[in-house]
Amino acid sequence: MDDGARIYLEDGTVVDGVGFGAQSTAVGEVVFTTAMNGYPESLTDPSYKGQILVITHPLVGNYGVPKRNVKEGILGNFESEKIAISGLVVGEVTYGTKWNSVKSIDKWMSMEGIPGICNVDTRALTKKIRDSGAMMGVIAKARSNANVDALLKNKYGSIELIRSVSPKKPIFHNNPMSNKNVVIVDFGVKHGILQSLYELGYNLIRVPFEYSADKIMSFEPDGILYSNGPGDPNLLEKEAENFNDVLEHGIPMMGLCLGHQIAIKALGGRVEKMKFGHRAINKPVMDLETKKAYITTHNHGYAAYRKNLPQDLKEWFVSLDDGVVEGTKSLRHKLITTQFHPEARPGTKDAHYVFGVFDKMINDANK
Amino acid sequence: MMRISKVLVLGSGPIKISEAAEFDYSTSQALKALREEGIKSVLINPNVATVQTSYKMADRVYLLPLSAEFAREVIEKERPDGVMIGFGGQSALDLGLDLHSSGVLEKYGIQNLGTPISGIEKALSRRQFAHTMHLRAIETPPSVSARNEEEAIDAGERIGYPLIIRVSFNLGGRGSAVVWNRAQLVDSLRRAFSNSKNSEILVEKYLENWKEVEYEVVRDIDGNTAVVACIENLDPMGVHTGESVAITPAQTLDNYEYQEMRSKAMEVADAIGLIGECNVQFALSKDSYKYYAIETNPRMSRSSALASKATGYPLAYVSAKLALGKRLHEIKNSVSKKTSAMFEPSLDYITIKAPRWDFDKFEGAAVGIGSEMKSIGEVMSIGRSFEEAFQKSVRMLDVGRMGLFGEIYNSELNSTEIEDALSKKLPYWQLYVARAFRINMSVERVSRLSGIDAFFLKKIREIVGEYEGARKKGQGAMTRSEYLRLKGIGFSDMQLSACMEKDVSIKQIDTLSGEMPAKTDYLYTTNLGSEDDIKAGKSMKKRLLIVGAGGFRIGLSVEFDWSALSLFESAKKYFDKVAVINCNPETVSTDWDFVGELYFDEISYESICEIYKKMNFTHVATFTGGQIGNDVSRELGEHNINIIGTSSKSIEIAEDRSKFSRLVERLGISQPQWAYAKTIREAEKFADDFGFPVVIRPSHILGGSAIRIARDNKQLREYFEASKKASKGFPVVVSRYIVGIEAEMDCASDGRSILGITSYQLEESGIHSGDSTAVTPFYGDNKLKGMMERAALDLAGELGIVGPFNIQFIIESGRPSIVELNLRASRSMPFSSKSVGIDIIEYAARGIFDRFDWNGFMEPVHKSFAVKSPQFAWGQIAGAYPHLGPDMKSTGESASFGISIEDALIKSWLGAKPNRIPEKCALVYGKDNLQELCRTADILSKHVDVLTMKGLQAGEYDALNCKSLSQMIASGKIDLVVSDGYLRNIDHQVRRVAADMNVPLVLSAKLGQELAKSMFIEKLTYDEMKEYWR
Repeated sequence: MDDGARIYLEDGTVVDGVGFGAQSTAVGEVVFTTAMNGYPESLTDPSYKGQILVITHPLVGNYGVPKRNVKEGILGNFESEKIAISGLVVGEVTYGTKWNSVKSIDKWMSMEGIPGICNVDTRALTKKIRDSGAMMGVIAKARSNANVDALLKNKYGSIELIRSVSPKKPIFHNNPMSNKNVVIVDFGVKHGILQSLYELGYNLIRVPFEYSADKIMSFEPDGILYSNGPGDPNLLEKEAENFNDVLEHGIPMMGLCLGHQIAIKALGGRVEKMKFGHRAINKPVMDLETKKAYITTHNHGYAAYRKNLPQDLKEWFVSLDDGVVEGTKSLRHKLITTQFHPEARPGTKDAHYVFGVFDKMINDANK
Repeated sequence: MMRISKVLVLGSGPIKISEAAEFDYSTSQALKALREEGIKSVLINPNVATVQTSYKMADRVYLLPLSAEFAREVIEKERPDGVMIGFGGQSALDLGLDLHSSGVLEKYGIQNLGTPISGIEKALSRRQFAHTMHLRAIETPPSVSARNEEEAIDAGERIGYPLIIRVSFNLGGRGSAVVWNRAQLVDSLRRAFSNSKNSEILVEKYLENWKEVEYEVVRDIDGNTAVVACIENLDPMGVHTGESVAITPAQTLDNYEYQEMRSKAMEVADAIGLIGECNVQFALSKDSYKYYAIETNPRMSRSSALASKATGYPLAYVSAKLALGKRLHEIKNSVSKKTSAMFEPSLDYITIKAPRWDFDKFEGAAVGIGSEMKSIGEVMSIGRSFEEAFQKSVRMLDVGRMGLFGEIYNSELNSTEIEDALSKKLPYWQLYVARAFRINMSVERVSRLSGIDAFFLKKIREIVGEYEGARKKGQGAMTRSEYLRLKGIGFSDMQLSACMEKDVSIKQIDTLSGEMPAKTDYLYTTNLGSEDDIKAGKSMKKRLLIVGAGGFRIGLSVEFDWSALSLFESAKKYFDKVAVINCNPETVSTDWDFVGELYFDEISYESICEIYKKMNFTHVATFTGGQIGNDVSRELGEHNINIIGTSSKSIEIAEDRSKFSRLVERLGISQPQWAYAKTIREAEKFADDFGFPVVIRPSHILGGSAIRIARDNKQLREYFEASKKASKGFPVVVSRYIVGIEAEMDCASDGRSILGITSYQLEESGIHSGDSTAVTPFYGDNKLKGMMERAALDLAGELGIVGPFNIQFIIESGRPSIVELNLRASRSMPFSSKSVGIDIIEYAARGIFDRFDWNGFMEPVHKSFAVKSPQFAWGQIAGAYPHLGPDMKSTGESASFGISIEDALIKSWLGAKPNRIPEKCALVYGKDNLQELCRTADILSKHVDVLTMKGLQAGEYDALNCKSLSQMIASGKIDLVVSDGYLRNIDHQVRRVAADMNVPLVLSAKLGQELAKSMFIEKLTYDEMKEYWR
């Protein structure tokens, strides 16, 4: 902890605060989450790669950072091996302790080279983003000589973001009791998704996001999941083509978050950038098949609306707040997608049954 | 939607410990939801002081006891097609269950709206709850249910100590206890069984120092579910949640814990078929992920009111709509007005609820807190840091203006004494913890003793460190940046002895942490903000800020909330904008939906001043703010803030005994002889001159606080010392005690004329008016009444009274002497207003801003009798000696109307718990007012057996000693006790056992006699309130 840090925004706003974590400079798209706890999960969520995260609840760090719990390479209490966010903005950073805590969030961020800024009116900042839309920002020491203006010219969304979180070569999470494989096309998959599938009894094979259909099929998948990930889906033309190639094989598929957006694009629909996105764990969606509503976790800055869905995709889930398509089912293919995160982490598992639907698709296909 | 056109809504009755104004709030919201849907509402609630029993939201109002007998009469008359039983606390729920089981609902084709009865029973019966949880594989602590002592002891031995005894169908944890050995278990069982509606208790493993958390769940007819809030108690398991300091949102749970318990809470809701709202409590280990489900309440509760205020999600309103068959996503989010009720609020601030106790009022009370609720009121604070919210909450309690840094902090208490206080769980642990850190006790030690999570304790230790740092540095040495930093951790200017320029931020509570614009001005202030959420009004406009009454205490309750709300509505006519500041989460005046602009904040000179200046208010109203309003009014007045109503100069005259006395003398109004006494000698001289008994009271303290009647020199000395302490330097007032009839007038004046309503007390003088039975119309003749009216008019003219006031007399052989003048809204105004169907506060507003169109004293015509009865808390305050005196002890009131005094009196009395008409045997005894006691015994003996006490015989009835009588009460053979006076050395046990066993206690012979005459009358009336005004 030291004093004198600042956050600079694209629109010229400068907010003074106190630095914590690493002493470095961070650049990224400034977004906010309204989740009130679950910071170890949020900070390690690869979808936040390239983003500076503002947490609206004023106290962050109250239970420290837990000892990691790992099973077959899958983390039970973090969403990836490392902190994914570029920087963190909070009202107050706290030094909590808990029976399973091993360090403070301050120390953790410092060890991982991620800077943070506290003593900030996060509500004022959130309102600014809400009103002007998400924008680039820089966290720097007040006395730093970083070229802030140049840094602010960076644009969020480049494919390099995905490259930095996608594996370089396949990663296996073996399920000794299982002979069924799910291949995960990994754009920065959250470990919550891995755990959800692993618990259903699958061998998991995570492959680099640029893998071709043939390479994917070489693993003899029973199911294929297109994962979540950071960045702008509209830059992923090649991946969309690839998606169509994979789809041709008729293997049950699921697209989740970024995977949902890729599916929509691949099948001819349109995905657009939202003003400031959905980043929260309190978002209502409705399953249009059952007319039941669920509270779900969201983390997306891009979205599709009903009018922009391709013909092949039928709206399955809809956001009750603003009509964003939160899930689809294919009419012609064995494909389901959700924009929200059924694995939650952080958040509710109220719509976790979506994984069960995927599981059933796979089982039915194997009959 | 189901086809429902008329709904019976059950209220919660008088304010009592564990059933307070939160049910005025929830019932009011339910009534509002019904009105919105075009459904007629019929309300039963004898609590005359509430907002709900005005016609603001309800269509039909019955001031009748909440019992099946009376409800049946109302149903017969009104023929509702639906009933809502989940909004009036446990009282409403119990009555609803009675109406169901006795077949009344079925007979009249009334649909129970909301959670089905079978679900409610699953939730409320400890045995069924444990079973239901077991079926769902939700773990509950090791426990065994028991139906008798033997079973309970056997269960206890099997589970092993320590244990907690829980009671089925209970209210405020009554009858529950933590026991550490067999002897304590045996001791606690009788009380536990007597407080269980179905004679069932649960013996459960006591999870010492585990955390307690509570989820608020809403669920609709389709099973859509949202978990609106999670409240974390700072106090550990074993401390009733009503007695706990609680923080929202939960601060120390990680995602796994939060979501695990949240999912289980949803399952609990599903298991009981919830339609509406319930809370689910869990115990959580502090050193593992182990947790247990503890209980659920399938109704609106104190915590649901708290959660509503903490999150901005109106649980009761939503719940009422759900009961009518709406789905969550079909109900609008009333703050964003854009999204729906199907979401879970996100908070970008911290709220802390702190309970308030009044143990000082109860002689002999056991002061420790535990599994039974004993607190009388609560406050809630909002801040952007724990420190800010925590410090605000301590000051809001109004137990010392220095907050954490008051008497206890500066006391000589050493670590042993602090350890003792913490382990005995003395009230206001906040103050002891601050002292503990001042004397350098470790966080670990304090945590072990108190069970409070170290996370919070560390923060409190930091506050103490900062305070000491600032103090050592001394005044004047503080820089502005240090000052601002200290403000950010919640210090008041008074605590810092510093006041510098600063800019507090005014923030909205918007349910979504700023994600969407809020359309509601539900506001708080913080010193940790960089901008305001709302803009100040144009300075040209007239803007009024009404000061609420803060946390409830004995003598200050929902009546003041009624007044504040009345003023809010009446003042709209005279102002461009009217706003309220208050910090009591239970009330209607802190419902942002009723009050367009609400500041949920500290009621202090500093905070009011900041808001006043920043938001361009032009006027402040303090006369509905009770004691706090009074205190703050003086300071605001000194700083040239525009206060509406009677001038502060006149208020000072009314409060200063000698100035007031001189004025009264000059006006030729009679008053009891009195004198100031600075020393005991002076007091003794007064007693010598005028004879005993004498009334002793501190000066400059309102509301009957610390007033005593001394009957001999010994008492005189004892009370004088206590009074001197309470006076804080001011002299003590001694006055002659007049035996007579007390009468009072609730008035509104325009400085010249008066609208007044006169009532009198059935009990003898010397009993606080709040503890006595009030009757309208006035009994006396025109000449007597004329003298009182003249006095009121003279005082109003002389003091230039504009607005509400209350004046009290004692009538001694046909001559009224004035005993008190209060230039503010009084506790009795809702009753007197409703006794004739007007609103005194509305007239008060007219008196302030306008002129009355009559001359002289105008009293509306009384078309029937109205009686108000006190609700006591003897049963809840274990150990307290039940007796009446000049110091108020009741927590609430019940009222009813009638075509005769008897008709009104008996219904009013039955409206308070645990009053009921005796069927077996009445015990009548005493020393004072023996004649009335004998008459009471004689009347009662025509209907039931009568016993009396040896040495204190009331007539020729079988007389037994105290011990045998106590045993008879304990075994349920006596179902009414009538006595009088203060006999603690003789009958403590009898009164105490009666209180513990819920046997009605009548502690005034005069009242006893009137009640005896009323108890067995043939004809009672059961009419709607307006019928009594015709």
